[in-house]
Amino acid sequence: MSRIASVFRPDYKALIAYITVGYPNMRTTLEVASVLSDNGCDIIELGIPFSDPLADGVTIQKASHQALQQGVTPQACLEVAYQLRQKLATPLVFMTYYNPIFNFGVEAFCQASTAAGIDGLIVPDLPLEESAELEAITQKYNLDLVYLLAPTSTEKRVSIVANRSRGFIYLVSLTGVTGARVTLPPELEGFIKRVRQKARQPLCVGFGISTPEQARRVAKVADGVIVGSRLIQLMEEDATLSSLKAFVLSLREALG
Amino acid sequence: MAIKDRQLPNPGGYFGQFGGKFVPETLIPALNELEQAYAKASTDSGFQQQFQQLCREYIGRPTPLYPAQQLSAKIGGATILLKREDLAHTGAHKINNALGQGLLAKYMGKTRIIAETGAGQHGVAVATVCAMLSLDCIIYMGEEDIKRQSSNVLRIKLLGAEVRPVASGSRTLKDAITETIRDWVTNVHNTYYLLGSVVGPHPYPMIVRNFQSVIGQETKEQVMAMYHRLPDYLIACVGGGSNAIGLFHPFFNDKSVKLIGVEAAGQGLESNQHSASITAGKVGVLHGTKSHLLQDKHGQIMPTHSIAPGLDYPGVGPEHSYYADIGRATYVAVIDSQALEGFRLLCSTEGIIPALEPAHAIYYAAKLAADLPQEQLIVINLSGRGDKDLDIVAEAIGMES
Repeated sequence: MSRIASVFRPDYKALIAYITVGYPNMRTTLEVASVLSDNGCDIIELGIPFSDPLADGVTIQKASHQALQQGVTPQACLEVAYQLRQKLATPLVFMTYYNPIFNFGVEAFCQASTAAGIDGLIVPDLPLEESAELEAITQKYNLDLVYLLAPTSTEKRVSIVANRSRGFIYLVSLTGVTGARVTLPPELEGFIKRVRQKARQPLCVGFGISTPEQARRVAKVADGVIVGSRLIQLMEEDATLSSLKAFVLSLREALG
Repeated sequence: MAIKDRQLPNPGGYFGQFGGKFVPETLIPALNELEQAYAKASTDSGFQQQFQQLCREYIGRPTPLYPAQQLSAKIGGATILLKREDLAHTGAHKINNALGQGLLAKYMGKTRIIAETGAGQHGVAVATVCAMLSLDCIIYMGEEDIKRQSSNVLRIKLLGAEVRPVASGSRTLKDAITETIRDWVTNVHNTYYLLGSVVGPHPYPMIVRNFQSVIGQETKEQVMAMYHRLPDYLIACVGGGSNAIGLFHPFFNDKSVKLIGVEAAGQGLESNQHSASITAGKVGVLHGTKSHLLQDKHGQIMPTHSIAPGLDYPGVGPEHSYYADIGRATYVAVIDSQALEGFRLLCSTEGIIPALEPAHAIYYAAKLAADLPQEQLIVINLSGRGDKDLDIVAEAIGMES
């Protein structure tokens, strides 16, 4: 069983946190990852910044831009992952767009990721149609390639992802980009149930989740919740990270 | 002008190793819906009839193929012909695609149209078609382009569309496309993305090419009627590459016809201030497609520059990457000052003010023509007129009004 798969167990709701590597700087990334891990996050997504993040809203766009201005590279992200792996047992997942991976060399990137202690990859602009190469190579290096499903996904696509996603399935809660939202769409439960009928993998829901109430609602039907933009906002608002810590604790409590 | 079966792209949207659909899952069903609707419209005689009628009566097609005798005489070499897309309604080739896709959006029952624009020519064309077809229209445009193409911004607004300024990244075409994709992901239920060049995820590079191929089809008929033979060279500027592929594609199998795409070398290829994706870039993935890209060694997209806003883009259509890869077309690059030279040359010899984008092609064609005999026929795609560029040119050459 992969390190990611072992997070999920009956009656347990996973908390997954996204942070952009190098936002606002590398030192903070190392520090935040420990805070997340120590306060109830089960999986940490490390975002490798990309210059043109087309699935991201303004919060992660700004964080990515700032990280790139600090000189963050995929190589630097691998080094951060390695350092985190020395002190944390928490599963680590890289989330990035396809071009930085393609440019690095798909095989070289996967090999280096595994060597750095990374457990999986999420690539939001790499749908089923384009993922054959990365899927084969991630398998070779024991990385879980996590697929995304969206409310617009057809039954056929849900079935294919149910056959291919490893670790968990990332359900995009709404049609839109990442970013904290006041409300989640009323159709969300129906969407999760629709995927549940076909998939055996754990189902984790992301995009828009920014409050403990939303997390609780989602966890009633899903196996985990993914939070990103709200964490970035809290890092910006309070550099001591105590607001972020309090928020993570409140999510953990909401999830039971 | 009818849309016929064409070999490429393959069913996955690939031209050789280039193309594909690298987009978030949310958009895949919309791309599939678009592909199916396009296939249906392609064989729907009612749709085709309406499209062709509007091409004639609204756009003013066919556009002339003009033998530029004064320009040719001045250069003293090959015979230069201009495909006058600048005479199409709204002043550029962009209307061919905007009309085709606008009708397609209507055919699909979509009510809200979004589009990106760089130079503003595509934005004007989309706003024009939306006004005519009574569709809601939102145009995303980089703040930098809004500043340097203000007359087109005004035109778009007068046509009843909303212009949304894009302040992220380099605030040019690349960022306008990214922002339009974000809108589309959010409003995919009722929104049609009317992409303006042969870039983006499949099926866009194919659809846009097919609507623009009218340029090459007419050119072929016109050259045959005038000279009873095929031309020797076709020359067009390449940003994303829609005017060039529109001219080139119908000649793909005519191996004697040499195809030359002219990219923007900006301040020079060594300066890193350019937009020459094929000449100076490497293969990567941006905006849903795999093609040549200007990127740094870490795979981050680089800022670009061209005096011609319509060429100021770090990527290029996948079909151009394919033509370059197999050697079917040659791609060269021309710097800003040379484009200005081409611009002035056409103004002074023929009394035609070209847009700065095709001015790149004019400069290159003039150089090439000088070393060729008069019997050789060179067709330049004069993809748009230069009214939009007068401020840029006046500033660049220090002319006051």
